[in-house]
Amino acid sequence: MKVTLRVKRYDPERDRSPRWQEYTVEVEDYATVLDALIKVREEIDESLALRCSCRSHICGSCAMRINQKGGLACKTKLAEVAGDGGTVVVEPAGNLPVVKDLVVDLVPFFDKVRAVDPYLQPAGPPPEREYIASNEDMENVKGAMACILCGACVSDCTVLEVDPDFLGPAALAKAWRFVADPRDAADEERLGALSERNGIWDCTHCFMCVEVCPKDVKPMERILDLRRRAMEAGFKNNNGSRHSDAFVETIRESGRLDETKVAIRSTSGLGELLSWSGVGLRSFLHGKVPLSHKPIPGAEHVRKIFDKLETKAGEAQ
Amino acid sequence: MKFAYYPGCVAKGGAPELYKSVNACLGPLGIEVEELHGAACTGAGVLTERNPELADTLNARTFAMAERLGLPILTICSTCTGTMYASHERLKDDAYRARINEHLADEGLEYRGTTEIYHLMWILVEKIGLDKVRSLVKRPLNGLRIAPFYGCYIVRPSRLVDPEHQKRDTYLEQIIAHLGADAVDYSGKTKCCGFPITTMNRRNALKLTGRNIAEAKDQGADLMVTPCPLCHLNLDGQQIDAARVIGRSLDVPILHLPQLLGLAFGLSPEELGLRHHIVTPRTVLQKFLAGAAV
Repeated sequence: MKVTLRVKRYDPERDRSPRWQEYTVEVEDYATVLDALIKVREEIDESLALRCSCRSHICGSCAMRINQKGGLACKTKLAEVAGDGGTVVVEPAGNLPVVKDLVVDLVPFFDKVRAVDPYLQPAGPPPEREYIASNEDMENVKGAMACILCGACVSDCTVLEVDPDFLGPAALAKAWRFVADPRDAADEERLGALSERNGIWDCTHCFMCVEVCPKDVKPMERILDLRRRAMEAGFKNNNGSRHSDAFVETIRESGRLDETKVAIRSTSGLGELLSWSGVGLRSFLHGKVPLSHKPIPGAEHVRKIFDKLETKAGEAQ
Repeated sequence: MKFAYYPGCVAKGGAPELYKSVNACLGPLGIEVEELHGAACTGAGVLTERNPELADTLNARTFAMAERLGLPILTICSTCTGTMYASHERLKDDAYRARINEHLADEGLEYRGTTEIYHLMWILVEKIGLDKVRSLVKRPLNGLRIAPFYGCYIVRPSRLVDPEHQKRDTYLEQIIAHLGADAVDYSGKTKCCGFPITTMNRRNALKLTGRNIAEAKDQGADLMVTPCPLCHLNLDGQQIDAARVIGRSLDVPILHLPQLLGLAFGLSPEELGLRHHIVTPRTVLQKFLAGAAV
C-alpha cells in the first residue's frame, strides 16, 4: 500500500512558523500511522522528530492529530484513515506547546494532573493489612484507571483552545478516579476545589474527549458525574448548580424549558443579570422572547415523574 | 412520509423562526407530521448529568407517544437528537426499560423499544434523497459560500449518532452543494458553539462562538447554517457580544437548516421568519439572490 504523509513540521530553532512536508512511503496493508512515520524517519528524513515507545497503545507516547483528530499513531491503521494511494494529515497534539515537529511539551499537561492531587487519601490510620474495596466499586473506577495519560483528549478539548487555564479532560477524569474510589476520604475537599473556576463547570459538554480517547475513558462523562456529586455534596454556590436547578425546576413546572427563567435564575446576582440586558433587549426586539410560557398538555404527569425521581430539586426550592 | 414531530423547546421559544421555517418546508418536502404536543423537554444533557433515570423517563415517555402513533420521530435540534439517542441506547436494555416503564404506568404509557429518531438533516439525505431535494430547488443558491455548523450532539459520540458509518458529519456540506451553493471547509464546523457554558463562563462561551464564526468568515463564508437552535442562540443571538470579546467584526448571518432549504425552494422571507435574526441576512441575500425581495 502506498501512502502519503502530510506532516506539520516545526523546529523553533530554525523555522519562523510551522510548514508542511509530504513523504510517500510503501507500507504493508496492516501498517499504522506510527509504522509509516518510523519508516520515514529511518529511510527518508532522520530529522523528523516524533515520540514513541511501546507501539502497542499502552505507553501513550505517540498521541498526535491524525486527519484533524487526536489519537495514538500506533493505534490508527493507515487503511482506515488514508487507504492505498491516499494522504493522511499528521500534526502534533493540540493545546500543548510544540517542542519540535510531532513532539509536544507535556509539562503543562502533567501540571494539571498534579493539581488534582492524583493519589489516594484514605482517612485514619492505615489498616493492618490491605484496604478492602468491593469488586463492584473497583469495576466502576476501572474505566478511568484505563487512562494512559497520552493527552489525546487535551489535544482536542474545545475549551482549552480558548482557555489554557481550564483543568481539562485528563486531569478531571483523574480527579474523578479518586472521588469515585471507595478508599479515598478526601471527596469533600476534592469536589469543593473542582467546583471552582477552571474546574468541572467550565466543560462545554462537546464530547470531543469521549470521541478521541483511545482507551474509552470517557472523560466528559466523568466530569458530568463530578458535577452531580459536587451538587449532592452541597457545593452549589456557582452558576453551574444554579443553572442545573433552574433547568430542572422549569421542566418540572411546565414540562418544557423556559429559557428566560433559566437565564435569570442561573446568574449570581443583579450585576451579572444586567450584563445580559443587551442580549435580552435585542432578543425581545426581534420577537425571540416568548411573552408567555405555556405548560405542555399533560404537564401534571411530568410533575409526578419529577416528584418521584428528583427529590433534590424539590429541596432546593 | 409521516413522522411524529418533536420540535423541542427552543423552536417553540427563543427561535420561533425555526418552527416557522420547518412548517413552511414540510409541504414541498412531502413530509406529513403529527406534532407531539404533550412531549416534555429531552433534558438537553443537563438532566442526564444530574439524574439519568429522570431524563430517560421523560424521553421514554416521548418515544412511547410516537410508538403509539406508529411513527418515527422527526427532530429539528442537534441537542434534542443526541440526548434522545443516548436515552434510546440505554433503553435498549429490557430490564432497564421495564423499570423506566413503571414510572410511565400512571399515565397509561409504555415504551416497547421500537421508536426510531431522525433529525431533519438525516431525513433529507437518508429518506428523501439529495436528488429529490435538488429537484425541489426553484432558486439555486449559486455563488453563496456557506459554512456548515453541526452542533456537538449530532456528530459525537460518532458510534452513538452514526452507528452505520454513513458519514453523517458530511451531510450539511452535501445538502449545501445540492442547493447550488458552495460549502466552506473550516475546522470549527464540528466544534462547540459555546452555548452550554454561557451562564457558567460567559467569556469562554463567547470566545468559542466568536472563534468559530471568525474562522468561517476568514474562509470566505457569506452565511453559516446550523441544524441546532441552541447553537443558533449563541452564533446569532450573542454574535455581537462574541465579536466584542474576540476584538474583531463578524457580521455573519446564521441560518437554520430549514431556512436555507426554504430560500432555495423559493419560499418568502416571511414564511422563513428571517425578521427574527439578530444578525440580519438581508444584505447578503439581496446581493446573491437577485430579484428576491428579502
